[in-house]
Amino acid sequence: MRRSTVVITCPEVCSYVFREVLTLWLEMVGSSQLENANPLIYQRSGDRQVTAQDEDEELHDRIDDREIFDLIRSINDPEHPLSLEELNVVEEIRVKANDEESFVSVEFTPTIPHCSMATLIGLSIKVKLLRSLPERFKVDVHITPGTHASEHAVNKQLADKERVAAALENSHLLEVVNQCLSARS
Amino acid sequence: MAEAQSALWGLVEEFVTGQQDSAAAEVATGVKDGAFTVLQVVESLGSCLANPEPRSRGRGVQLLSQVLLQCYSRLTEKEVEVLVVFYENRLKDHHVITPHVLQGLKALSMSEVFPLGLAVSVLKSIFQEVHVQSLMQLDRHTVYLIITNFMKNREDELKSLGADFTFGFIQVMDGEKDPRNLLVAFRIVHDIIIKNYALGPFVEELFEVVSCYFPIDFNPPSNDPHGITREDLIMSLRAVLAATPRFAEFLLPLLIEKMDSDVQSAKLDSLHTLKAACAVYGQKELKEYLPGLWASIRKEVFQTASEKVETEGLAALQALSACLSCSVLGSDSEDLLEGFLNNVLQDCRHHLCEPDMKLVWPSAKLLQAAASASSRACLKVSASVLPLLLEQYNQHGQSSHRRTILEMTLGFLKLQSKWLFDEDGDSLQSFREPLCSMVFSAVTDPSAQLHLVAVKAMTVLSTDQGFLSAEDIDLVADHLTRLILEEADPQSCQAAIEASGSLAKIHPAVFISRMVPQLCSRLQAVSMEGVEPASSGVPEHSIWLRCLEALAAMSTHHSIVEETVPILLGHLKRAQKDGQTNAEDIVAVCKSLHHVAVQCQENAKSLCFYHKTVVPCLLSLTVQAAMQDRETAVESHVLLNDSVLNAMVPIISAATTHLNPELASSSVSQVVNLFLDGEVSVLTENNFTAKFLPFQTDGPSAPQSRLVALLMAFVCSLPRNVEIPHLSRLLQHLLSLSLSGSSPFTYSSSAKCFAGLINKCPPGDLLDDVLQSASCKIELGLADEHTRTQALTLLVWVTKALILRYHPLNGQLTKKMISLLCDRDLGPLAADMFSLLVSECPDILNKACHAAIRIMFRQRFFTENVPKLVEGFNSANEDNKPNYLKALSHVLNCLPKQVLVTELPSLFSLLLEALSCSDRVVQLSTLTCLEPLLLDAADILNSHIDTLIRKLLNLTCSPSMVVRISALKCMLALTKLPLPMLLPHKQQVIRALAKPLDDKKRLVRKEAVEARCQWFLIGSSGS
Repeated sequence: MRRSTVVITCPEVCSYVFREVLTLWLEMVGSSQLENANPLIYQRSGDRQVTAQDEDEELHDRIDDREIFDLIRSINDPEHPLSLEELNVVEEIRVKANDEESFVSVEFTPTIPHCSMATLIGLSIKVKLLRSLPERFKVDVHITPGTHASEHAVNKQLADKERVAAALENSHLLEVVNQCLSARS
Repeated sequence: MAEAQSALWGLVEEFVTGQQDSAAAEVATGVKDGAFTVLQVVESLGSCLANPEPRSRGRGVQLLSQVLLQCYSRLTEKEVEVLVVFYENRLKDHHVITPHVLQGLKALSMSEVFPLGLAVSVLKSIFQEVHVQSLMQLDRHTVYLIITNFMKNREDELKSLGADFTFGFIQVMDGEKDPRNLLVAFRIVHDIIIKNYALGPFVEELFEVVSCYFPIDFNPPSNDPHGITREDLIMSLRAVLAATPRFAEFLLPLLIEKMDSDVQSAKLDSLHTLKAACAVYGQKELKEYLPGLWASIRKEVFQTASEKVETEGLAALQALSACLSCSVLGSDSEDLLEGFLNNVLQDCRHHLCEPDMKLVWPSAKLLQAAASASSRACLKVSASVLPLLLEQYNQHGQSSHRRTILEMTLGFLKLQSKWLFDEDGDSLQSFREPLCSMVFSAVTDPSAQLHLVAVKAMTVLSTDQGFLSAEDIDLVADHLTRLILEEADPQSCQAAIEASGSLAKIHPAVFISRMVPQLCSRLQAVSMEGVEPASSGVPEHSIWLRCLEALAAMSTHHSIVEETVPILLGHLKRAQKDGQTNAEDIVAVCKSLHHVAVQCQENAKSLCFYHKTVVPCLLSLTVQAAMQDRETAVESHVLLNDSVLNAMVPIISAATTHLNPELASSSVSQVVNLFLDGEVSVLTENNFTAKFLPFQTDGPSAPQSRLVALLMAFVCSLPRNVEIPHLSRLLQHLLSLSLSGSSPFTYSSSAKCFAGLINKCPPGDLLDDVLQSASCKIELGLADEHTRTQALTLLVWVTKALILRYHPLNGQLTKKMISLLCDRDLGPLAADMFSLLVSECPDILNKACHAAIRIMFRQRFFTENVPKLVEGFNSANEDNKPNYLKALSHVLNCLPKQVLVTELPSLFSLLLEALSCSDRVVQLSTLTCLEPLLLDAADILNSHIDTLIRKLLNLTCSPSMVVRISALKCMLALTKLPLPMLLPHKQQVIRALAKPLDDKKRLVRKEAVEARCQWFLIGSSGS
């Protein structure tokens, strides 16, 4: 259901380039076989403790690393009924946030170096952050250096604003991303 | 007679040729009234039953059947016999008649005088003549009902048919598709098995005819009028499949096959069914399939696809293990449990030792599930696993690994305490030594993450009296003390305090001698010398608080209570003497005392001691403080602080609610005498120069009157059967103090005490008089500029006391409250007070202090007063409208959701209005009231959704953080509404919710993220 039945349909306004971009996305999003059938499972961290400062009306809470991590840790893995945190794909130490400079950087680590889901995972993280952060933020999502075979290609794809926007125009891709982002029942 | 006869002819004619269905009911009524007999009906039908046209014959039979359905209970045996023979014969007739014939047989099958032997022949005829599965659903249902009726009334006869009955039924239900019929059919099969009908050679056929529905895959249509759920079908099919061991050889392979299916519901259903089957199977049935079952369960747990499947897999494994443990062993049969557990151990044990610890948790869970079935299983698994875990603990250096191993060990220890300590204490003695050294090394490990688990393990080990040696228990108490005094990790410390609470009950002497003195000396050291350099990096003050908390937590045994209560009271005494301690510390001591009181409530002896020690002491200390003030009177004594007195109220209350009647009545007269007459003999120290006069309101005794709060805590918590002496005089004093008191604390305590007493006061002259004078004084008080607030406070509490007990006067008082909402000065205050009226009060007028509370008083209050509030709102001027809204939203907030949903249509526009009210309290309480309702109110919301979304979005920018959070929660709740209502607003909402994403408060941002992301998912098939 994930890949094989997709037919690329573009509205007429789409240029040839747009069609190219989509094809590239869909190729990168990859096959539907379960690649890592038995992954290592990590402990989920608990909910952030609410402090007295959080409840004080007057104080300004800066957006920090943990807050960004909390946004992405519950994203579902596309092939397991587990969260990215449980698979250690995202870790708090690989998340950097700077509220003053409106900048967020996330490194994610695919479970195996040839994981074909890496692009989709990256895209899900990116989309979740775009939806959850104020517009002023610049969001950088990339693979932890040295953990994936086609690291550069994936990073380039994720860094390109136009390409990400194009990806989300495609109803199939959007649906898959939304599945990763929907709350687990 | 002849007249009746001709009337009957007429009706029959009307029914058969005139096609008037109503005629049948008239005939039936006639038969019931005795106007004509069934025999006459048959006679009058004679010609039509012989009619060559099948439809006319059918019509005739239909009339007869309908009459019989109404009148079967009046038939004589002879009549039934004739009719049965007739109907049986009709089964051979044309197929259009069959449905009516079955109806008639159903009616007859319910008759109590059904002749012997005929049931068998009826069933035989049905089995032979009727091809059931080609009938309509309703007629098939009729056949099942006939069979059910016969099984109920004619069990022996049917059994005489032997396996033919079973075979006949198999043919009847073979191919059934309708869920309504399946439910009945499954029940019949279940009865066939449970009531021991002969199955003969048809066991496999019977299994096949039901197992073809497994696993149930049925989703009722959304508008299903029959109310049959998938669950119903699953449960009744499971009952059949797991009903007999004779199905085992067919069922177990089927279950193994379905467990390997890709569909999660099939896996779950198979595991559930296996669990149910294990309850009736013995090891003979399981033997052959054990390897297959184990392999499937192991696969499910190792490759956890979902928590549900894992849980059910473990439960099924436990059931298997339990089944094998229960089977009686013959002398020659082998012990399958032994072999099975060996298998489990072999497959799981090595995972516990692998350095990467990849599958440790699934393995440990499997082992624990198998071990939890019986003491034999537990012993076998523990004996094999514990040495391994102990060894692993010593091999691994990393504390995260050690923690995992310790957690697993804890799991096994918990199982042991369930099974082994009681029966066979010796079997694990060999592990005592290494277990203790492991746990003690963990609790002293430099890494704090081990401490929490170690504390839990120590608790399990010491819970059983004989297992640990006395020295080990001493050591446990020392470790716990050290953790409480030095531990930096708050969670571990909390666990240590809890552990002390549960272990102190079992080993009180150890804790008294080893822990109490240490905590006590630390408590004094800190409070005497103030700040001292902390050795462990934990602030001294928080250690001081921990000591208080620990002393309270461990007061679970009478002998400990006798030690700890004087220590805690000693602190209050010192505070009274020097008067320098800050109020927060005293409140902390009071909290501990309250904790002790709650724990004492279970034990009459401890409670008696507590009451006799604590109540006089608290009264004595506060009275002394109040009398001191008379002389110095510069600043109020710290013990008379609002917060301190408020903290003492629950102590006295908790020490009083569960008191035995004798002690209560002696105690009550002393306390009442103290307050009314200044009779100080009850106090522990009582040489005063002046008299204690709390009800004298003028001048120097003002501080004394604050102590009415303590009087309230005592008298309002007494059981209703304890008589209060001088009640009338007491009430008069309280009444005047509540109107003349100068400080808010005094007059509201006094009003509350008054209300608490009249709530329990038995009906009669005393109550009527007091209420009469109270309402007069309230009127006067409201008229006087200086006492308006006091009068309003008294009014609220009296109204509440009367609403709770449904006293007739409550309506009049509530009306008064409502009328005050448009008062220029008191309006806003009165509106706030409405929340007091309906919400539960923590100190008085609640269930715990034996208040007279009628059920559903809130609903009653709602129906009586909400229309008045709405009316008041509509007629009020702009300035007062917020008061009505606030009162209304307070009332609505306390109501159960079910009541609100039915009232929502009439109130919804008002609630919308309340959202744009500028008062934050109104906004907040309206939002909290709306949020849970949004889901159930789709219809009402439909016409208001634009306005609602607009107003909610406005509130997401409110200056108040809690309002912003609640508004965003409502925005999230909206996403559950039907899609067509939401889609037109999706883009607008997503744009608007971008703003709160940059809110300065993190808690607001969190809600904004959740709501916005959910709105993005609306309409996406992924959600």
